[in-house]
Amino acid sequence: MSSLKREEPIISVKHLSKEYNIGIDKTYKTLSGTFTSAIKHPLKTLKDSRKPCSTFWALKDVNFDVKSGEVVGIIGRNGAGKSTLLKVLSRITFPTEGEIKMLGRVGSLLEVGTGFHPELSGRENIYFNGAILGMKKREIDDKFDEIVKFSGVEKFLDTPVKRYSSGMQVRLAFSVAANLDPEILVIDEVLAVGDAAFQKKCLGKMKAVSEDGRTVLFVSHNMNAVENLCTRAIMLNSGKLTSDGYDTREIINKYLTSNDQENKNCTWINKGNEYLNAWFAPEKAYLTDELGNTIDNGQFHNKVNHYFNLYGTIKEIDPALQVGYALYDENNNLLYWTNFNDTTEEEWPQLSKGKFCFTGLIPKRFLNEGLYRIEPMVSMYFREWIIQPGVNAPILYFEVKGGLSDSPYWLARRPGILAPLLKWSVEKVD
Amino acid sequence: MTEHSTDYELVIRPKYGLLDLNWQELKEYRELLFFLALREIKIRYKQTMMGASWALLQPFFTMIIFTLIFGRLAKMPSDGVPYPIFSYSGLLLWTYFSNALSQSSNSLVENAPLLSKVYMPRIFIPTAPCLSGFLDYIIAMSILAVMMVYYRFVPGISILLLPLIVLLTFMLASGVGYWLSSICVKYRDVKFVLPFFVQLLMFVSPVIYPVSIISGKLQWLLYLNPLTGLMNAHRACLLGHSPVDFIGLSISALITIVIFLSGILYLRSTEKYFADLI
Repeated sequence: MSSLKREEPIISVKHLSKEYNIGIDKTYKTLSGTFTSAIKHPLKTLKDSRKPCSTFWALKDVNFDVKSGEVVGIIGRNGAGKSTLLKVLSRITFPTEGEIKMLGRVGSLLEVGTGFHPELSGRENIYFNGAILGMKKREIDDKFDEIVKFSGVEKFLDTPVKRYSSGMQVRLAFSVAANLDPEILVIDEVLAVGDAAFQKKCLGKMKAVSEDGRTVLFVSHNMNAVENLCTRAIMLNSGKLTSDGYDTREIINKYLTSNDQENKNCTWINKGNEYLNAWFAPEKAYLTDELGNTIDNGQFHNKVNHYFNLYGTIKEIDPALQVGYALYDENNNLLYWTNFNDTTEEEWPQLSKGKFCFTGLIPKRFLNEGLYRIEPMVSMYFREWIIQPGVNAPILYFEVKGGLSDSPYWLARRPGILAPLLKWSVEKVD
Repeated sequence: MTEHSTDYELVIRPKYGLLDLNWQELKEYRELLFFLALREIKIRYKQTMMGASWALLQPFFTMIIFTLIFGRLAKMPSDGVPYPIFSYSGLLLWTYFSNALSQSSNSLVENAPLLSKVYMPRIFIPTAPCLSGFLDYIIAMSILAVMMVYYRFVPGISILLLPLIVLLTFMLASGVGYWLSSICVKYRDVKFVLPFFVQLLMFVSPVIYPVSIISGKLQWLLYLNPLTGLMNAHRACLLGHSPVDFIGLSISALITIVIFLSGILYLRSTEKYFADLI
């Protein structure tokens, strides 16, 4: 292929905008509804129909080009427009304005297991799911063994999928999708599934895909994955493209430490049914000082201990329940994980059904000055994640300033990630 | 690297022309249509004891009930054909048509996750149930064969028309299905209207009565229903009891083609909003 051709972008997005109607009519319409409201309030209906619906731009004037072989990570907060962008790229929904040009077949994977039918066997679902993702029967035939091997469900190929565990379903579905090989692959947050071993396998597969020279667009909240896999990152913020560059680390840091007021939360409240599961309903995460006062400005003074609190309801007693927190510095380095049951079994607190508050120490004189990110962590030990830091966890921020030590020689930030005040003993040795 | 990347260019714009049907793409994805129809067949009789024999039992028992009520009690005329075989030959095509139509009309809403998560030619979704219905039709045909032997009916040369008639019925079911399923994405009222519509349609089609019971002057009204010509021709070509009414069949064919093509156009022109509305 000529070098000239390769210079040409494989995806070219120009002035892309997508508008959604929001407001009164969130659900579907009914004819009779339209009729009765027209009869009951003729004037109002007339006005309503003339008054433009309240609208919302999920994407506004987004422009970028992608060259063949690039792996682009798309990052941004919830509602930033990432998923809408992928939906438009995969032709599920159409743009309101603008244009996208793509050279090559597009395979999109917005959800793992779309079209899986519970009544069909694993084998049948592989064929059906493959066809839905745009594979030909011959292609699936060729890759069948590979798909089965990758998923690890060999023994259950002829069992209806409804008898599979949820983990098995997800593995099978991802395996089909992972063996898709169009020139452009569009992926939305599929790595948030399965256990750690399988996630690793998936990341490996994605890496192989990109080394193959295929173009990948990848939305994720998993910053480690974005950093490891992507050659380029694009950041969206309320529908607009705010950063774009090849230094993925820099853009990730920009995202994690962006100075938006609303993003500097130091408390989190469950809006309703986030993190639904059978065992534990997290309701609130917040930070307190030594006296139990809630910290609402996110400022820590290093002279005193602080506490991370996760408040919620235990719905089902299960010894596998793990609650803890993960702490990151402003460069997205994971400093540590800690769990309430890190001690011997005898020392574990007695849990029962009802409301509990898990409180974990953030030690004084241990962190350096700077901005920190703390994320709650809830899982069923080695079974499944409920709140996984770096993946789906709410983010709380706090800033450590001052009080690093009592020494007159040490007042300000020191080199290093941590700045622990450690015990020394100095003895005269003759 | 990717040699085929240059011969495939895709442009996504807010609007595309009404007539831009993109046959190339339909061809590209044609295997998916087959898989969708196959899935339909595979899941229909899953976890049933009787399995695919339901395809026989449904029209068979309906025929028995209709024979008792309309044949025996109401003494419905049947163009000189024994009533059981008269009604069964009608029910055979009617069962196919009504099942195909109902499933097709609900298909887009029932497959909402497919619409919002994956790209494919949307038109395949309402088409698939109309295709998979053929299997039931063929299975149910076996009873008719037995009855024809029993009542000593031999189909004439006009049996060659059967594939055409079945094809037209398929086009009619999917054509109406395209319209209703697309409308149903926006207005769920379709779901409630559909059972009445199908029931009503049965009584205005010559399924269990012959066209001849309507007096001559008003008969043309019946032919506005494209099923009339199809039903008559279907019965005539199978049983060979009367010549095929080509005028009636042509009227039906014409109306069917109009419904089918307009259905495709309507679905194609509304499909880009499906994911946002569903």
